[in-house]
Amino acid sequence: MGFLQILEIIVPATLVYAAPLILTALGGVFSERSGVVNIGLEGLMVVGAFSSIIFNLFFADTFGALTPWLGLLVGMAIGGLFSLIHAVATITFRADQTVSGVAINMLALGATLFVVKLIYGKAQTDKITEPFYKGDIPLLSDIPIIGDIFFKDVYYTSILALALAVVAWFVLFKMPFGLRLRAVGEHPMAADTMGIKVYRMRYIGVFISGLFGGLGGAVYASTIALDFSHATITGQGFIALAALVFGKWHPFGAMGAALFFGFAQSLSIIGSLLPLFQDIPNVYMLIAPYVLTILALTGFIGRADAPKALGTPYLKGKR
Amino acid sequence: MDYVIEMLNIRKEFPGIVANDNITLQLKKGEIHALLGENGAGKSTLMNVLFGLYQPEKGELKVHGKPVSISSPNDASDLGIGMVHQHFMLVDTFTVAENIILGKEPKKFGKIDKEQAIQQVQELSDRYGLKIDPAAKVSDISVGMQQRAEILKTLYRGADILIFDEPTAVLTPQEIKELIQIMKNLINEGKSIILITHKLKEIMDACHRVTIIRKGQGIRTLDVESTNKDELASLMVGREVSFKTDKKEASPAEEVLHIQDLTVKDARGIEAVKHLNLSVKAGEIVGIAGVDGNGQSELIEAITGLKKSESGTIMLNGKAIQNLPPRKVTESGIGHIPQDRHKHGLVLDFSIGENISLQTYYQRPYSKFGLMNMKNIYEKAKRIIAEYDVRTPSEYTEARALSGGNQQKAIIGREVDRNPDLLIAAQPTRGLDVGAIEFVHKRLIEQRDKGKAVLLISFELDEIMNVSDKIAVIFEGSIIAIVDPKETTEQELGLLMAGSTQQEVGKEANV
Amino acid sequence: MSNRLTNLLIPLIAIVLGLLVGAIIMLASGYSVIEGYSALWNGVFGETYYMGETIRQVTPYILSGLAVAFAFRTGLFNIGVEGQMLIGWIAAVWIGTTVNAPMYIHLPLALITAAAAGALWGFIPGFLKARFYVHEVIVTIMMNYIALHVTNFIITNVLTDHKDKTDNIKSTASLHSDFFEKITDFSSMHNGIIVAIISAVIMWIIIQKTSKGFELRAVGMNPHASQYAGMNVRKNIIYSMLISGAFAGLAGAMEGLGTFEYASIKDAFTGVGFDGIAVALLGGNTAIGVVLAALLLGGLKVGALNMPLESGVPTEVVDIVIAIIILFVASSYIIRLVMNQMKKKGGK
Repeated sequence: MGFLQILEIIVPATLVYAAPLILTALGGVFSERSGVVNIGLEGLMVVGAFSSIIFNLFFADTFGALTPWLGLLVGMAIGGLFSLIHAVATITFRADQTVSGVAINMLALGATLFVVKLIYGKAQTDKITEPFYKGDIPLLSDIPIIGDIFFKDVYYTSILALALAVVAWFVLFKMPFGLRLRAVGEHPMAADTMGIKVYRMRYIGVFISGLFGGLGGAVYASTIALDFSHATITGQGFIALAALVFGKWHPFGAMGAALFFGFAQSLSIIGSLLPLFQDIPNVYMLIAPYVLTILALTGFIGRADAPKALGTPYLKGKR
Repeated sequence: MDYVIEMLNIRKEFPGIVANDNITLQLKKGEIHALLGENGAGKSTLMNVLFGLYQPEKGELKVHGKPVSISSPNDASDLGIGMVHQHFMLVDTFTVAENIILGKEPKKFGKIDKEQAIQQVQELSDRYGLKIDPAAKVSDISVGMQQRAEILKTLYRGADILIFDEPTAVLTPQEIKELIQIMKNLINEGKSIILITHKLKEIMDACHRVTIIRKGQGIRTLDVESTNKDELASLMVGREVSFKTDKKEASPAEEVLHIQDLTVKDARGIEAVKHLNLSVKAGEIVGIAGVDGNGQSELIEAITGLKKSESGTIMLNGKAIQNLPPRKVTESGIGHIPQDRHKHGLVLDFSIGENISLQTYYQRPYSKFGLMNMKNIYEKAKRIIAEYDVRTPSEYTEARALSGGNQQKAIIGREVDRNPDLLIAAQPTRGLDVGAIEFVHKRLIEQRDKGKAVLLISFELDEIMNVSDKIAVIFEGSIIAIVDPKETTEQELGLLMAGSTQQEVGKEANV
Repeated sequence: MSNRLTNLLIPLIAIVLGLLVGAIIMLASGYSVIEGYSALWNGVFGETYYMGETIRQVTPYILSGLAVAFAFRTGLFNIGVEGQMLIGWIAAVWIGTTVNAPMYIHLPLALITAAAAGALWGFIPGFLKARFYVHEVIVTIMMNYIALHVTNFIITNVLTDHKDKTDNIKSTASLHSDFFEKITDFSSMHNGIIVAIISAVIMWIIIQKTSKGFELRAVGMNPHASQYAGMNVRKNIIYSMLISGAFAGLAGAMEGLGTFEYASIKDAFTGVGFDGIAVALLGGNTAIGVVLAALLLGGLKVGALNMPLESGVPTEVVDIVIAIIILFVASSYIIRLVMNQMKKKGGK
């Protein structure tokens, strides 16, 4: 099998699985860079997946092919709102951030499944009728070689994810907002003395993670799962968290890690098609993202240095 | 009167405590005004009110004669008030320029204009003579440059009134002189300065007027010309203060601690202690003088077993103890009063009784076959609390609830009660009020009179000169001079601490 | 108001608030709150069968709560109880299906192996923290997923021949109790509850009475001062995770030797490990608190099963209630604040 042909199989499959991870991990970057640990990325994805599926089932007839895109917006919005629970609990109520994240995950599953049962009387929704379809990106897919690999027969949402990674990097490192957000995560008291509103920044950071997490969940549901049940997201949020850490809290690092983890996940589907990976037992592919993250944290793949004030509630007026 | 700042009848409360009680402070244009008080007197609180971090319960603030309300650092900054903090407010991973522009970033099409930022910072630096490197990361630069960056932060925002909060804690006498010169330059450029300090010498050298605060209350405002250190000291403390400790001559006996050619690396792998030699005899107090960061911490950690030494020997009463685990070192006969009592000295959430047995809980009679005997632990605690005058509601009270002075007394009691041959005291009086300081010094001298060896490490030259029988100056990881406190001056010590050799200082090496 | 009283009140207030939120949700969805909550109540106390099922559910909750609480007390956040439990489950079932021995050897052997396996799984994050200062939260989360996939793999490829579930364990390794079965109308309540209670007592003894417990607490509260005082911080971190993992492994043994008597592949976590966090929080990280909180949570979970049958309310309401309770306990600062305000007003 030719190398290019291999790439043509690998890259799109990777992008499909990586896109939700990239988006969610980017959200995590904003939250954690502002100093708030967000274990609840899983719950945010659940909420985003749920709301986009429900929207799709209800409004597919009204909006037709536009439905999944609107579903993304709905997923974002609901994710953002849901994340405010985490924000209020951890920033204003000074709850332990990890505990709050765990509670968010439990709450997300409980609330979404409750509503599903309430509306549909069963624990799993029907499949949506207006999912995303793969296609060729106009113009870009005509580029020789690169076009065939990256831009033919892909989801627009995958490209969206990559584009948003660039946007996130720009905002975080080139814009005043990003400088201030990072300052709040490294040394909130210094930021406070420079007149930056620490609490507000953190709320924004968490809210952004809600938007992106919801978006990630919505993309996952609308491209891969195509329905919603308790098993829809199972662990994707945690892989995104792993990508965030493995990527050292940097948008491009998170994107790279998410791509790699997406690749690992896609292998369980396309592995049988590829020469090298046919013989590796599936279990190694399944645990690869997690093992690699542990290695990264331990410094075997370079030390992972979290933002300095990550996890510590900011107490104004404390000396 | 041409006042730029007036703080009139300020009252600031916290739960259970009145930090500022009816204090009035008036700053004239173009003056350096000292705010003098002991630790905990309320100086920082008052300035945080001025800077907008706290809101007063009562009182009035005026800037250039106009009444104002300052509800945030932004308000203060808009009014031209800037604060140079004691503990630097710098983000380690950012560059100097990024730290300075944070919050008021120069922009081009919405994104940060990095070139502009560097240029503006460089201009300010040149204009006020504050040497810095705008593109350097804060984690890579010296303490002196970090402080200059803090000063530039205020100037970048157009501050006319600068508040300096205990700026000299981390500087050598030479650097202090430089800072005073910087402050005088600023005055010449039209700024006005409030200097928060408890160092009498700096006030006499640099300031025009001084306001004294004691236990939250304003005492008096004086012209510096018309007063002296003794008067300031007694106003600060409320009674007559003697600067000299009462002690008789030392009679040192056999050598207890012998350090030979010791080399220790710091956390980053750089040699912090380099081929150090030191000797402490029974019945003497050796004070180590030096600016923070010259290897003192690593030296103590090596002696107490917390850090590995690369080479060299540490002998206690003839027995080699280098690289033994901390517990074995303690059992060999060393007591240690740590520099940071909250971080290293106590488990704040444990009771004071449990803390007193923190090193000995596993020994009989406090433990048998792995089971604890709390009765014995608390009996010992009661005894030590009484003997060392530790003010606490009971031996079961959480250590957190005690005052700094009482916590320190408990630690000293714990260490001394074990009857160590060598007592190491690192910054033992940091953050304590004068009464507690006197207590600590008395105890150290008492141990010395009982024939123990005492090693004192302190950044306060006064303390070193008063308490020690012998002063060893540490610089860049080795002892470069041993001097007799009776025959040296602060000037000389300052020069030695900054690295001059004894020949340069004009004295013979006194080993 | 004394500190101890406040510490007791906060979980209670959180529980009330949680149930309140549940009530609001039921109302908003058109269900009757009274019917819903009485179905919940009946689902626990209505029949001896339900009470037996509750105790059966409580059993692993106690152990996972102990695991989390023990780690918390010593300064560590063990979110890896799910994974450690799965590993313990597999280990117990492996011994249960492959070894031939009389019960007084077989059962204890299976239990000890489960505890050891859980301890081993907990050792890894403990070691990484002690040696490399890696934060245990992320590591334990990752270890959960590794455990999930690895145990599935072991079941299909090692313990069976590509089947979804193992054979049943031999009766000599079972926690099954005829006595309990009879008095609870053939529920699946088993002897594991005795193991759980004994474990709670053991935790209490270790933490409160031993010098090792003193060390673990000191290291948990202030590793710097502990090190200065001569304690070996690294070793203690590892000890703590070993013991915590052991409790978690035992929780797995409860399921493998008592509730199910086999192991099967899973497509998602059991939730017991995460619920253990709730149990530990509600119980204030004390042994007795964990037991009480486990009773509450077990009751809620089992009672919830009755809700759709008797009142049509989906079981997920209880999951929501539990999540809300956790949030409120974690936000105790705000509860304390409100209580202080009310105290001030009352005092005036």
